[in-house]
Amino acid sequence: MIHLSNFDLSLAALLVLALALTSTRIYPGLARQLLVAALRTAIQLTLIGLVLKALFATSNLAWVGLMSLVMLAVAGREVMARQHRRFGGTWGYGIGTLSMFISSFSIALFALVVVVGNDPWYQPQYAIPLLGMLLGNTMNGIALALDRLTQTAWEQRETIEARLLLGHSASQAVSGIRRQVFHSGLTPIINAMAAAGIVSLPGMMTGQILAGAEPVEAVKYQIMIMFLITAGAGFGTLAAVHLSVRRLFDGRERLRLDRLKQ
Amino acid sequence: MSSPSLLEVRNLVRSNLRAVSLTLSASELVCLSGPSGAGKTLMLRALADLDVNSGEVSLQGVPRERMPATQWRRQVGYLPAESRWWAPTVAEHYPATSPALFGRLGFDAGVLDWQVERLSSGERQRLALLRLLANEPRVLLLDEPTANLDPANIEKVERLVRDYVDQHQAACLWVTHAPEQIERIATRTLYLDRQGLHREVPA
Repeated sequence: MIHLSNFDLSLAALLVLALALTSTRIYPGLARQLLVAALRTAIQLTLIGLVLKALFATSNLAWVGLMSLVMLAVAGREVMARQHRRFGGTWGYGIGTLSMFISSFSIALFALVVVVGNDPWYQPQYAIPLLGMLLGNTMNGIALALDRLTQTAWEQRETIEARLLLGHSASQAVSGIRRQVFHSGLTPIINAMAAAGIVSLPGMMTGQILAGAEPVEAVKYQIMIMFLITAGAGFGTLAAVHLSVRRLFDGRERLRLDRLKQ
Repeated sequence: MSSPSLLEVRNLVRSNLRAVSLTLSASELVCLSGPSGAGKTLMLRALADLDVNSGEVSLQGVPRERMPATQWRRQVGYLPAESRWWAPTVAEHYPATSPALFGRLGFDAGVLDWQVERLSSGERQRLALLRLLANEPRVLLLDEPTANLDPANIEKVERLVRDYVDQHQAACLWVTHAPEQIERIATRTLYLDRQGLHREVPA
């Protein structure tokens, strides 16, 4: 494995800086955003590197659990922030977070105990990166699906109500929208699986190979990760859409857009 | 009137509307008028239980809470002023066994294969009424159902609703602004303004 020095990293950073300078002329605000985001990446990843180092040294279940919950909380916030019309109150935060918890945590647990089978199963070198990948992808699927769902329900409220008025159930009235939304939530991961290895070399595998791992081993891990991510994102999106549809209607099957924040 | 009461409404309360009480009896065709903004549409939406509201509402003595909302809306059928369609062809919006009422409004059987996109606003309005009648509701709540129609079609719709109400012992609450239409079809009138629901249309 070739060691990267800080000088090597700053060479890569120069490229981002060059991009920012070039784009100032077209869109000054974007250059600023670009630099802030790049700075955040450097700081956040450095900090997490230190945290992981400490975590790996202790290998304590309580610390691994705490770290997982922090990751979940941040992912929940991110899902909420990406909604243009989110549910008011705790639901706005709760639906995405609960769905990610159900799918990512149970799949990570399954992978750690059944597939990887480490001793102890919560060994942080495996548990944290695995959960991170699952949360990251599930978060994208859920955020996309929820945003589409609430937005489409808002735009098509009269059509939904037209069906309710004809005696259709809430579930029937949103059946077409639900199908679309589920599709849009799963499309990124389906595309990623279809293009894997041909168009793109997945990031995890690339990182492993760059760090000196045997390619065939790296590929096996990548395949497992992609399957886990697909299941995680898929079940998470299903749960989130299910919970949101329930919250969009009340016991008398009325469309309750008043529960959404502007 | 000696007919049994069909829809009983006591103290219906919802946002932006004074509490209303009314009774619709079998075979009645009641015209509802009043200034725009008085809440006619809001009242009909509440009667169909489409918005949050409170009050005692019952159909043939059965309180609405005693039946699922889907069943209530099949029996208390509300036709909004603007119709909405969710599938490409007309047929997809009708239950499999739809009564052959199409001819009554000037359509032949081929209408089922038509594309919704290509319907005129008048065709949409007539087909939306037929779509509602296919559920065989006991109470019709019609929000300006002839607003986009020419005189010949207005007459067809008026006759169809009149016959439907008679044959099914149904009741109809029909929102309209046209005095001559009220004259033609109403067995009774109601008038809604910001003060509430009145029996008479003011002169």
